[in-house]
Amino acid sequence: MIQIFAFYLFASVVIASGAFTILARNPVHSVLWLILAFFNAAGLMVLIGAEFIAMLLVIVYVGAVAVLFLFVVMMLDIDFAELRGGFMKNLPLGLALAAVFLAELIFGIGAYQAGNIALGENALNPARMGASNIQAVGELLYTRYIFLFESAGVVLLVAMVGAIVLTHRKRAGVRPQNIGSQVRRRPEEATRNTQPAVGQGVQL
Amino acid sequence: MIGIEHYLVVSSILFVMGVLGIFLNRKNVIIILMAIELILLAVNINLVAFSVFLGDMVGQVFAMFVLTVAAGEAAVGLAILVIYFRGRGTIAVDDINQMKG
Repeated sequence: MIQIFAFYLFASVVIASGAFTILARNPVHSVLWLILAFFNAAGLMVLIGAEFIAMLLVIVYVGAVAVLFLFVVMMLDIDFAELRGGFMKNLPLGLALAAVFLAELIFGIGAYQAGNIALGENALNPARMGASNIQAVGELLYTRYIFLFESAGVVLLVAMVGAIVLTHRKRAGVRPQNIGSQVRRRPEEATRNTQPAVGQGVQL
Repeated sequence: MIGIEHYLVVSSILFVMGVLGIFLNRKNVIIILMAIELILLAVNINLVAFSVFLGDMVGQVFAMFVLTVAAGEAAVGLAILVIYFRGRGTIAVDDINQMKG
């Protein structure tokens, strides 16, 4: 009973906050609704026993991606009212397309309900008694999917390097510390012996 | 009783909402990126639901990869957005036609 209640709570909040994400006038509010959607999706996943993905959603999406969005939205000084122009113009086409897509998806689910299509034996059925979700995910991830796992790391690295390269800029007019030239300095270049005549100063 | 169909309906509604968001906010790149995140979230819910339903952990492993790609995509997309804004002072998608032949 409590599971059903929890499912409907999470599902309705996910859908409502998804709707507010795309409809909110202020992008900051959009990001906050998006965070709510992620949280409740994590709740949905906990409900069916996928704790690992749920925690990943909270950590990666809420902790990193949503905060990144928030940073960018607040950093850019944009007139958002002007960007909303054409909202009403696009509404009918968008709603029509959305209705078509949703009808297709619901039709697929309904057809599935009538009896699923047997696609063959389940090759990797763990049916691991007693193993926790995280343990099962880890055993797959570090054995069978180790190369995919490592290439996911490479994808993240490339994304990080790309983001840094794109946004990094050399500013003219600032004189930052150049550690290399400081280390290369020799005493011979840095000091000079002079013998000024009496009463004359030293030219530095 | 909650079955796989309930999860599929939730994820399909979320997916369609993401598509609708792209159409409704055609000028605002930030909202479009958020709508893409919504779509990927719907895909993840679908993968995890089927993974649990079929007793096959591979779905959850792939949900993790989808998450990875989503994070990278958000980072690079927002970086492009930042440099675009720096150069042009606006992020309206309609004005992005510099590479048009």
